[in-house]
Amino acid sequence: MLLREVEYARPASVEEALRLLGENDGARALAGGQTLINVMKARAASPDVLVDLADIGELRGIELGADGMLELGAMTTYTDIIDSAEARARPILGEVCNQIADVQVRNRGTIGGNVCSNDPTNHLPPLLVAIGATMTIAGRDGERTVPAEEFFLGVYMTAAGPGELLTKISVPPGRRDGFASVPIGKDGTCIVNVAASLDDGAVRLAIGCVDAVPVLLKPESTEDGAVRGAVAGANLDPPWDVHASADYRRHLAEVLALRAVAQAAGRK
Amino acid sequence: MEPASRKTITVDVNGEQYEREVDARRLLIHFLRDDLDLTGSHIGCDTGNCGACSVLIDGTLVKSCMMLAVQADGTKIESVEGLAADGELNALQQAFSDHHALQCGYCTPGMLMSATALLRQNKSPSEDEIRKGIQGNICRCTGYVNIVEAIKAAAL
Repeated sequence: MLLREVEYARPASVEEALRLLGENDGARALAGGQTLINVMKARAASPDVLVDLADIGELRGIELGADGMLELGAMTTYTDIIDSAEARARPILGEVCNQIADVQVRNRGTIGGNVCSNDPTNHLPPLLVAIGATMTIAGRDGERTVPAEEFFLGVYMTAAGPGELLTKISVPPGRRDGFASVPIGKDGTCIVNVAASLDDGAVRLAIGCVDAVPVLLKPESTEDGAVRGAVAGANLDPPWDVHASADYRRHLAEVLALRAVAQAAGRK
Repeated sequence: MEPASRKTITVDVNGEQYEREVDARRLLIHFLRDDLDLTGSHIGCDTGNCGACSVLIDGTLVKSCMMLAVQADGTKIESVEGLAADGELNALQQAFSDHHALQCGYCTPGMLMSATALLRQNKSPSEDEIRKGIQGNICRCTGYVNIVEAIKAAAL
């Protein structure tokens, strides 16, 4: 398919990328392109300028701090995360990345692209909300941090606004996490997905695919009744489509919440 | 570097150097097929689902319909044309032939590149690992069984 005409630049630093994004109204950051190139084919997005982040080394890589905090550069690919010894400090990250699409997409798709595109069916928005990640956003006036639960604002919309760049995702230490989904075909697009985390002494559940942004719930315990009650109390109003009715998505949200909590609780 | 709608790129494809001026909007698959006349890599779906356009970029398996040619500037590309040496099928290609792992053949270039990437990383993959390795490649003829058999045989 022929794309609409577009200009392209490949800056070598975050500073230069911010300048290019700030100077061009129709500019978009290009990460792995596994979403953006396709939506450009469909004309669902029509940027005038693509600012390719591929050469910005500081956006790539995984570091495990002495405090157990994992720092993931926004341009880190799913495959980088799956293969990383450091990322295994929070095992759910690699496990979920390994369920995204296929080898080719995992080789190019990035954690930053996944969250910044904020398609409601993506895997990582609910996961990062459940595990309490923090996003670092750079703008021309400096850096700010936003908790994941405040980062996702709407379908395809995040707290990283025009002229800004998500640079880093920080994940606190923890192991007792779970993720359950019903996808369209193995490792396909999710119909509903739920991430659970029990690490900070409370239960955190984030349900994806049922609203424009992940729905964060905090059941009082890991007991089935408490989890079911929390999901029912959220009064979910999910969309319906050829893959699932709204009722079925509501049903899946409850079932998958139980599965995700059980997986998290079963992990030492 | 300021944004530009055309750019001169240099790539190494199967050991040959090419320098071409391309539109920034040009997909890598179109660059390979139409500009370099390397038509082995196929366009199946053009939406990133079928994997018929799969090639290796600096050793990494990618779908060339989800990448711009300008993004490949300076890289080393391997496509299906590079597999056979001196007109002789390589072991993987011969295994596909021996095991009847293709019928219409449309998906085969992409399947071969995915299997190549898999076998470089994992010399003796299990059946599950083979199936995971070719998950991004759709075949509408074979039912995959003979493709898996061929890859298994080539791994031995």
